[in-house]
Amino acid sequence: MLQPINVSLESLNLITLAPMLIAIAGGLVILVLDLISEKLHKSLYVMLTILILVIDFGATLGLNVNERGFFDVMLIDGISIISQLMIIVGSIIFIPLALTSKRFHEYSYPEFFALFLFMIAGFQFMVASDNLILIFVGLETASLSLYTLIALHNRANSYEAAVKYFTMGALAAAFFAMGSAVVYALTGSVELYKVAEVMATRLNETGIMIAIFGSAVLLLVAFSFKLSLFPFHTWAPDVYEGASAPLAGYMSVVPKIAAFVVSIRIFGMYIDLGVEWVRVTILVLAVLTMTLANIMALVQEDVKRMLAYSSISHAGFIMAALALDTTEGTTAIFLYYALFMFTNLGAFAMLWISRHKNRRFDKRFDHPYEKFAGFIHIMPVGAVIMGLFMLSLAGVPPFSVFWGKIYVMQAAVNSGYIWLAIVMGLNSAIAAYYYLKLIVYMFLMDPVKDVDTIYYNLSKPLMAVIGMATLATVGAIFYIQPLISYLYYMISASGY
Amino acid sequence: MDNILSVLVFFPAIAGLLGFVVDKESARTYGITVAAIELFLSLWLWFSFDSANAGMQFVEMIPLIPDFGVSYYIGVDGISLFIIIMAALMTLIGMMSMSITKNIKNMIITLLFLEMTMIGVFVALDAIIFYLFWELSLVPMLYIIGAWGGPLRVYASIKFFLYTFAGSLIMLVGMLFMAYVYHNLTGVWSFAITDWYALVLPVDYQLWLFAAFFFGFAIKVPMFPFHTWLPYAHGQAPTIGSVILAAVLLKMGTYGFVRFSLPMFPDASVMMITPIAVISIIMIIYTAMVAYAQKDIKQVIAYSSVSHMGIIMLGIFAMNAEGISGSVFQMLSHGIVSGALFMLVGVIYDRRHTKLMSEFGGLASVMPKYAVIFGIMLMAAVGLPLTIGFVGEFLVLLGFYQVSPIMTILAGTSIIIGAIYMLAVYKKSFFGPVTNEANKTLKDLDAKETWSLVPLVLIVIWLGIYPKPVLEPIDNSVKAMLVFMDEKAITKEAKDMIKVAKSSQGGV
Repeated sequence: MLQPINVSLESLNLITLAPMLIAIAGGLVILVLDLISEKLHKSLYVMLTILILVIDFGATLGLNVNERGFFDVMLIDGISIISQLMIIVGSIIFIPLALTSKRFHEYSYPEFFALFLFMIAGFQFMVASDNLILIFVGLETASLSLYTLIALHNRANSYEAAVKYFTMGALAAAFFAMGSAVVYALTGSVELYKVAEVMATRLNETGIMIAIFGSAVLLLVAFSFKLSLFPFHTWAPDVYEGASAPLAGYMSVVPKIAAFVVSIRIFGMYIDLGVEWVRVTILVLAVLTMTLANIMALVQEDVKRMLAYSSISHAGFIMAALALDTTEGTTAIFLYYALFMFTNLGAFAMLWISRHKNRRFDKRFDHPYEKFAGFIHIMPVGAVIMGLFMLSLAGVPPFSVFWGKIYVMQAAVNSGYIWLAIVMGLNSAIAAYYYLKLIVYMFLMDPVKDVDTIYYNLSKPLMAVIGMATLATVGAIFYIQPLISYLYYMISASGY
Repeated sequence: MDNILSVLVFFPAIAGLLGFVVDKESARTYGITVAAIELFLSLWLWFSFDSANAGMQFVEMIPLIPDFGVSYYIGVDGISLFIIIMAALMTLIGMMSMSITKNIKNMIITLLFLEMTMIGVFVALDAIIFYLFWELSLVPMLYIIGAWGGPLRVYASIKFFLYTFAGSLIMLVGMLFMAYVYHNLTGVWSFAITDWYALVLPVDYQLWLFAAFFFGFAIKVPMFPFHTWLPYAHGQAPTIGSVILAAVLLKMGTYGFVRFSLPMFPDASVMMITPIAVISIIMIIYTAMVAYAQKDIKQVIAYSSVSHMGIIMLGIFAMNAEGISGSVFQMLSHGIVSGALFMLVGVIYDRRHTKLMSEFGGLASVMPKYAVIFGIMLMAAVGLPLTIGFVGEFLVLLGFYQVSPIMTILAGTSIIIGAIYMLAVYKKSFFGPVTNEANKTLKDLDAKETWSLVPLVLIVIWLGIYPKPVLEPIDNSVKAMLVFMDEKAITKEAKDMIKVAKSSQGGV
């Protein structure tokens, strides 16, 4: 006979679930609204989504650090809170980009916004747990929603992108499941803190290393797909190209934050256990990723593909910080993404304002470099802003990404990886070339086609978003200090 | 006004921002007025500067990122004071003489931002702030070369940017490592240069760090074999770009050696004397020969710049008061003289749209005023006594003589080779009959050009005859730095080297 299990409501600590539930409930509200009235304008959905995210933000901010809940599968520690906050902020910047002056049909479906909110809930589950099964559920919820969002862009290459991403995502999911299975077989648990305990006692058994090796490799492959690390990065440029520009920018930041948090939990555990070659493997992957993606970015003819490769390279940069497994390294990951988020979303938003129904410049690409030739004559402010974003991405001080870069490099130096810091420095120099290429086109060339083609899609909400991103990029020097101290505090509080 | 340095740094930047509003037609006057006010402010700095005080003055410090040790920390001493004034002066004169009419407003705004970064580099006392201005100075220059340059302008501007950027990233790693070492020893994060001075590092650390900083500075100087970007940049840049590049931007590299490498790594610096002296002598002689082989006047001056920068490097690594003071003085003199020479080439280029020597000849009879000023500047570049060029060059050679007489003699040939190629330029372009029809109707200097060049001529002669007011503050700060280096050096060789220097002080 099974004994009935008594669970008190208090021990469930349901408040830890509040942020995700808010997002899910918000998505449902949007669907219900659609049932009641069909002819609602997208601006309503956009604003509702923002409001829901604001509540979500508040709920996350109110959580106590280092609590567990819901049968101990929820883990609210420092990194889970800051990553949820970053995910929400990234989403709040992203969603007003739907309010373009031209009509893009995906935004007229309320499902877009509902799916978007479900996706955020998925990411929040991913980062707020150390249970491999719940992480998996969160990952799949988020990914399946994201595939659909990409496909909703309704062009041939959006379908291609969605299917490609779906296939790759399914493969990654399979690797993740197998990796978790091996971990379970080794330790009899899927909770990472228990896994760590059991593994620590079994480390000296003969022949166990091969199994640990297997589990780490399978999990590493799964997350290399998600983080687009070399050699599992090949989907990224095509998917970014097929997705709408803001969504591509979004994908280069928010899903990666979630995946990084899980990676910190999993691979941090391996490194803490003293499995040194996991660190080595991650370092090798990181260096290869940043270098090769940079070299690929050099030869791109399309700005969006260039930005895609550049964000792969930035991911490699950050992956290196993960391998350090120090508090500073982990802080560097979040700091980098917090700063990179504004700049990169801003840059993709600048592409978005120039997006056309049909390709006027090139048969193959939406945003060839030629499109931006002489941008300074057509739209001086826009050109200066885009130039600032490019300089920031290149790591020119005092713009935002520079501070992330030196923090990562400082973390590398502090852990004794001076060669890594030098590799990062040289990579930034290579990267400067392709960012400069766009600047050269914008500032030093003459326009090739008529004027309206550039700011085709511009609207007030887009200007507001871009303006905010610009402020965040230029004024970074003034908010770095509180940001670093908050991140550092939260991360050290949760013991990373 | 205690915060005059902040005013000096941010005044041009604010003026640049406001400049977006100024009407296109008035932009030029606006720029000149702003630059004149800036020069006035920098002169005010000089008057309120206490020449007897060898340390940092007008220090300001505001913590920016205390957790990371970054603060807005600026100050000025005798070494940086005159470079700041020179930067303000050359910006003003460059703007006055500017003949560009295309997109003049963008040019003025860019120049004002460039002025901010230039002054920022020379007043920064925090490594990150230094790096910030250092990198930021690349962007306006990229735009100036790329937008107003010659046919290969895009290539030249990108080459300029990437070369310097790559070098300075290595320097950045050095800075981060330095901060890390400081943190290890003291438990505090700090990027303040004055804090770093206090560190006594083991010799192997010093060597590695010296190498890291060397990449950043040497590319900027530019030292052989990293000099290849410079002839391109000069060749393609518009006149104003060349003037600022030669007068101020190159000085950032040599200034970096004086500000960072010597006091922070005295032992490594002493160990590196011979290799750097060899590179410098190669720079001096090789590029002087290359200069002689050029057909284009501007290229001659570009290569002669590299050659003169070799002299400056040699002086810095003489490790004694004469050498270093001479180098700092030579930075000023080279700034003024090469700036003036580039402006003079610009004058003739505006009239004939060519810079080839073979196109000219007999200009002295057509443009007498032009020929006189060109002649004076040329003599100053060669280092003729009673011109500004002589003082610095003489002191450098005097200083380095105590290190190695043979190398000094080799370096001294630069005066001879310099005289050869400079006089060859002068002979080919200014003397002889006017063979080219197009040259017969050339107009002499107009009022604008005369008024921008005459002040430079006056400075060249004034400081050539009586350099003391400038040399004294420089010398005070340099001596203080040497005493400090001597205390800090740990190897015996370094102590000896720097001691020798101290015992033979005095002459200046």
